[in-house]
Amino acid sequence: MSSPTPIVVRIQEADFDTTAETVRLTKGRSNVGAVVTFTGLCRDEDGRLSALELQHYPGMAEAELTRIANEAVERWPLTGITIVHRHGEIPPGDNIVLTVTASRHREAAFEAASFVMDFLKTRAPFWKKEHPIDGGDGDWVEAKSADDAAADRWRT
Amino acid sequence: MSNSVKILYFAWLRERLGIEEEEVDLPVDITTATALFSWLKARDERFEMALENPDIVNVAVNQVHVAHDEIFDAPREIALFPPMTGG
Repeated sequence: MSSPTPIVVRIQEADFDTTAETVRLTKGRSNVGAVVTFTGLCRDEDGRLSALELQHYPGMAEAELTRIANEAVERWPLTGITIVHRHGEIPPGDNIVLTVTASRHREAAFEAASFVMDFLKTRAPFWKKEHPIDGGDGDWVEAKSADDAAADRWRT
Repeated sequence: MSNSVKILYFAWLRERLGIEEEEVDLPVDITTATALFSWLKARDERFEMALENPDIVNVAVNQVHVAHDEIFDAPREIALFPPMTGG
């Protein structure tokens, strides 16, 4: 029996340090052959936005991300997985979300990172509201059917 | 007969209703999201308008996603929210 795969899920207002999160999954270990990091950033949508407001459901957001991370661990032979998602007001160019997946071989790390992001988009209780650069009240971002389709491809 | 349940609203539902969360005495015969929508809409016009298209309202019971026809299991906390747009 190998020890259970370490799962870290954090929701925070502050920025994250991708390098530090990567080192956390590799330091002192000699069986990790691949680490994939995915960082999602805030776009300004061609200069239209001053910020995105990220609202979340405290409690359920952590629980749902943990459920998604657990499912990734069941599907792929990971040595570690970390998901960090920010909330609050985030200006263009700043980080929103980080996933780090570590494994012996790259295929599992790549696939698990993609799986986590596809399910995070459609199942984790976060909502984005646009803050237009000209002031005024922006709109809540609408969910994309392409994101549903991306999550559906993992249902085998 | 009724049970005290906390109901939370997120994103544009929260804005349209002007409510973040509330404690309600939920009648015991309200056992699905579909029944809850009807019950809430009967309360006043704000709910009637906010829930006019229930297909785009997701529901979680005790912080777990449920389908609209799924029977509630000991609900203490019910959340209503639009499709999620995180990441």
